[in-house]
Amino acid sequence: MSRLQMTVNDTPVDIEVPQSRYLSEVLREDLRLTGTKIGCAEAECGICTVLVNGTAVVSCVFPAFKAQGASVETIEGLPRDGKLHALQQAFLQHGAVQCGFCTPGLIMTAKGLLDRKDAAGEIVTEGDVRTALKDTYCRCTGYQSVINAILQASGQDVSPYLPETRSAGLAVGKAQPNPNALDKIMGSARFSDDYRFPGMLYARTKRAGVPHARIRSIDTSAARDLDGVHAVLTHEDVPGRNAHGVVSVDWPVLCARKVRYVGDAVAIVAAESQEIAAAALDLIHVDYEELPAVTDVILATAPDAPLVHEKRPDGNLLKHIKVKKGDIDSGFADADVVVDQTYRTPTTEHLFLEPECSIAVPAGFDPASFGGHCDALAVRGETARHGKTTIYVGSQIPYIDRDQAAATLGVESDAVRVVATLMGGGFGGKEDIAGQIHAALLAEATQRPVKMLYSRQESMLVHPKRHSTIIRIRTGATDDGKLTAVQATLYGDGGAYASLSEKVLTRATTHATGPYNVPNVKVDCFAVYTNNVPCGAFRGFGVTQSCFAVESNMDMLAEKLGLDPIEFRRINALDVGSETSTGQVLRESVGLKECIDKVERDVRGEDFRWSWNEGHRRFAWGMAVGYKNTGLGGGAPDKATAEVEAWEDPGKGLMAEVRISSAEMGQGLPAVLVACVAEELGIPTEHVSVLLGDTDYCPDGGPTTASRQTYLSGNAARLAAKDVSQQLATANTAARIKARHEYWAPKTMPLGKGGDMHVAFGFCAQAVLCEIDMRTGEVSVRKVVAAHDVGRAINPLTLEGQIEGGIVMCIGYTLTEHYIQEEGKPWTNVMARYKTPSITHAPRIVSHIVEHSTTDGPYGAKGVGELPSIPTSAAITNAICRATGVRVRSLPVDQDTLLRAIRSGASEVELAWGDRAPIPTILLGGQQ
Amino acid sequence: MGGWKNYHVPGTVEEAIAVLRNYDGRARVIGGGTDLLVETRRGLRRPYEAMVDASRIAGLNTITRTEDSIVIGCGVTHTEIVNDVRIIRHGQCLAESCSVIGGPQVRNVGTLAGNVAHALPAGDGTIGLLALGGDVEIAGTSGRRWIPAKDTFIGPGKSVIDRHREVLTRLRFEATRSGEGSAFHRVMRPQGLCLPIISMAARLTVERGTITAASISMGPVGPVPWFAEPAAQALIGGPANEEQFEKAVAITLANVTLRTSKYRATEEYRSAMIQSYLPLILARAAARAGAKA
Repeated sequence: MSRLQMTVNDTPVDIEVPQSRYLSEVLREDLRLTGTKIGCAEAECGICTVLVNGTAVVSCVFPAFKAQGASVETIEGLPRDGKLHALQQAFLQHGAVQCGFCTPGLIMTAKGLLDRKDAAGEIVTEGDVRTALKDTYCRCTGYQSVINAILQASGQDVSPYLPETRSAGLAVGKAQPNPNALDKIMGSARFSDDYRFPGMLYARTKRAGVPHARIRSIDTSAARDLDGVHAVLTHEDVPGRNAHGVVSVDWPVLCARKVRYVGDAVAIVAAESQEIAAAALDLIHVDYEELPAVTDVILATAPDAPLVHEKRPDGNLLKHIKVKKGDIDSGFADADVVVDQTYRTPTTEHLFLEPECSIAVPAGFDPASFGGHCDALAVRGETARHGKTTIYVGSQIPYIDRDQAAATLGVESDAVRVVATLMGGGFGGKEDIAGQIHAALLAEATQRPVKMLYSRQESMLVHPKRHSTIIRIRTGATDDGKLTAVQATLYGDGGAYASLSEKVLTRATTHATGPYNVPNVKVDCFAVYTNNVPCGAFRGFGVTQSCFAVESNMDMLAEKLGLDPIEFRRINALDVGSETSTGQVLRESVGLKECIDKVERDVRGEDFRWSWNEGHRRFAWGMAVGYKNTGLGGGAPDKATAEVEAWEDPGKGLMAEVRISSAEMGQGLPAVLVACVAEELGIPTEHVSVLLGDTDYCPDGGPTTASRQTYLSGNAARLAAKDVSQQLATANTAARIKARHEYWAPKTMPLGKGGDMHVAFGFCAQAVLCEIDMRTGEVSVRKVVAAHDVGRAINPLTLEGQIEGGIVMCIGYTLTEHYIQEEGKPWTNVMARYKTPSITHAPRIVSHIVEHSTTDGPYGAKGVGELPSIPTSAAITNAICRATGVRVRSLPVDQDTLLRAIRSGASEVELAWGDRAPIPTILLGGQQ
Repeated sequence: MGGWKNYHVPGTVEEAIAVLRNYDGRARVIGGGTDLLVETRRGLRRPYEAMVDASRIAGLNTITRTEDSIVIGCGVTHTEIVNDVRIIRHGQCLAESCSVIGGPQVRNVGTLAGNVAHALPAGDGTIGLLALGGDVEIAGTSGRRWIPAKDTFIGPGKSVIDRHREVLTRLRFEATRSGEGSAFHRVMRPQGLCLPIISMAARLTVERGTITAASISMGPVGPVPWFAEPAAQALIGGPANEEQFEKAVAITLANVTLRTSKYRATEEYRSAMIQSYLPLILARAAARAGAKA
């Protein structure tokens, strides 16, 4: 221990700490300034940025003693005299805050810029902002709001960018910051890793490290003997069900006989510190008999392929999903032109900036025995004791986490409580469970609170990804531009465990015609087990993949037909009265044509050109449309229950709280719930508070997935508030009035049965302006003009955030992101090898909102979370093709391959960045 | 936790050398630490028992101008180099090369001394310094010595500088004068691999339209930074025009050994980048030489 003296936020600090501390650790652990977040601990994401002597540094690799004598500024020091800093104010106003995990880093990096420019007496330009924030990442916002907020904070007159929407009601339709945004810009918002409990231990997981092997033995004795280790658990220590899974329970909590992917958990350790826990992992010896790994999605379905799961009747075939409509042969017989192409999409990683973290507290835990008390903020209603095994976690599905943890602990579900903390982004990647159960097992084994925090590298290794796919799609049309048939075969790599593969790839299959009238359809999709990292939910849920193939074919067809690509899409666009490929007749709320019209009107001015050259740069527009279901659909019971409690505050008037387990991952659910409740009760939105995700205090809102929460939880909150409102009309106002409403979405039909497979669909059209550097093959997106039919804009500010963030996420999918695995081992094993879009990639986004309301949605609203992240990739590759004559059939676009194709006069490329073999040939109609 | 036990911030070179001697190979010098600590954090490297932070040595935090040279102390960050008007004027390729290292936060902490001592085949600042013909000063138990920067590289990450016992204390290069210019360019890819596809820098002396001295550095084209020596030689004596520059490209391509490296670039692409950018860099350096004439 040595003496470290510095000034932190103008306060002198003089502490004894080990010399091995990083600055981020001193701030977070020793000074408890947890506003500085850790996203990667490898100087990549930049969100731990603080100012040292006025200069922005990444605190995760900044040795604390480098700051000896220095002045350090963190997010907590920004407000002055109780007033927010101009940056904080602007971030709030512009909606530049979503999950909030990167927000302190963005703000501090921007502060470094503003202070420097101010001292030099210079004006801050957009270019300055892009340069200064180049390495401070945000996964939610898409950066446009961030740029605007920073420019405004620098003293320029920049108003928040808001699309035009229908006139607002009392609360619904009003642009307002998400209620938790204030805490997030202050640095006081708390994510799982920000909690600390008396006597808390730190956990780590022993991972398989090999893609496929039989376990001969596990020896944990040396690890158990290590000083500071409190427990080492293996499958033998699992009291209940040793498996989990959201759809199929096939994923071992702790592997017993076999490991099926490199990230499989074999043992877990709880120790006095992270370092001791890590050292203990090295002392655990697992004897493996390595088995041949199957890592190719097509080879995996061969009859002699090694089996990932034994005893399955279909071998590695997880599911064959089929969509059939009309007569495919006569459909193609009617076609004058046919395009038949094969596409490939990569495995991708959510890269939510908050790595997974769970803290479990054992049932009956008494903090006093460790001379402390539990954080009052952490525990509603019980500050002294935890009556149940309690898990603090940022999860998309708190109730299912609870049930799964209970099953493994061998207790009833109500013996476990899940308290959802804020989530630093989810995007589908926080639906599957693992760390929650492990932390709970260790907490019960040690009778102490246990924190299981994944490193960035571990997070990238373990959680399910977006499915890579190979899609062959054949599209036929008549000379007058009417689609006659679509036939497709899809292969989706599900990886080692089922996760949500079946659901994701069903969505890819049912959406594989695009949002068009297609009379004859035949789609076969094979969801396959391999020894790769599992794949599951990821914003867009399979539709992002199939849309790339569909919309690429559409542009090629339009060209063959000599039709304008926009007009060609309009001719075939779904409309009210249309029938989808699954036989659902759309009775209302089909705003696709209006989306197309709005985008076309915006883009197609008098001087419109599809493409042009400027020196060595070529510019071109590309266009694509998309659609996405709202809600689980497919016959799954889909419901959400909300509780609203209202009371009279003598000073303020009527107040209310809405409670539901649904998750806030930055998408802005609290803002939607507040709007619905305030609207129904006729009170100001500031009078409504929200409690989310505590399974003891919040009824079940169901999983936060499938773009369903505005529709489901919004309706539940609205109807519960309505009940309260009716009770209020007759009640004595002094009483607290409470109502619960269990909202059931309209019944849906399973795939293959016809009828309504989904309660509603969102529709969109996007046009992108791309720039291609003909010297390097580099592609950048300059501008996106988008229109989204969301039914009703409940909160235009948070809605716009979803749209901009979704588009930029899909730009990453197209241009920068690929999670590469080699024979089941991720090459992409550090954040430096996985680039999500930075502020330098962010285009200008012009957003139009279309509001074709849906009868059963709250105030007409349907889901939007996934929709914007669907058509962008095809729009980009369509633009690239127009600019260069080269059709890109594999994502992500590789500048090396593209340039060589351009130079050699090739008309297409089928090697993406990270690919080493061309797309294999796949047959239409059935298995290989 | 960094894993090291002790973190030393010596105030003098002598103190730094003494501390290193005491650890007898178990300590390691860092500048900003932005390369080494990241590698440690990623588990690619075992931590050392002690870190010796060379960024706060008295007198070595500054950029100074002598009659002929610009001297950069080992505590000087990339940001300081990028913003220094003397370097922009008299060693522009170095300012350009330091401006693309890492991100802004890394440049605020990372040092040119660290970049050179880390000995990567294509350290950006390194490529810029090499074209300028820079030297480095190494301090050890036996005193201080200046050697050409190019002679410090042995292999990827391997330097003649023993970073367990010696400190790279200063760097210097001959300032470009009237009739001299330099330029740097780097090609990256946006996907995950934070390493350049190719970095190139050039320094030219142009007298009355004729090139009288030339130096071209590039990387990664081998285990250590590479000089396009035959191309530079061929430029000397000829006019500073496009035709000559194209000739330099042809000679470079005839001499260079380009490789296809996985997930980074094909040999063909690297060759195309040299064809596209080497003439531009040379033209820019020549223009800058002319601008000052």
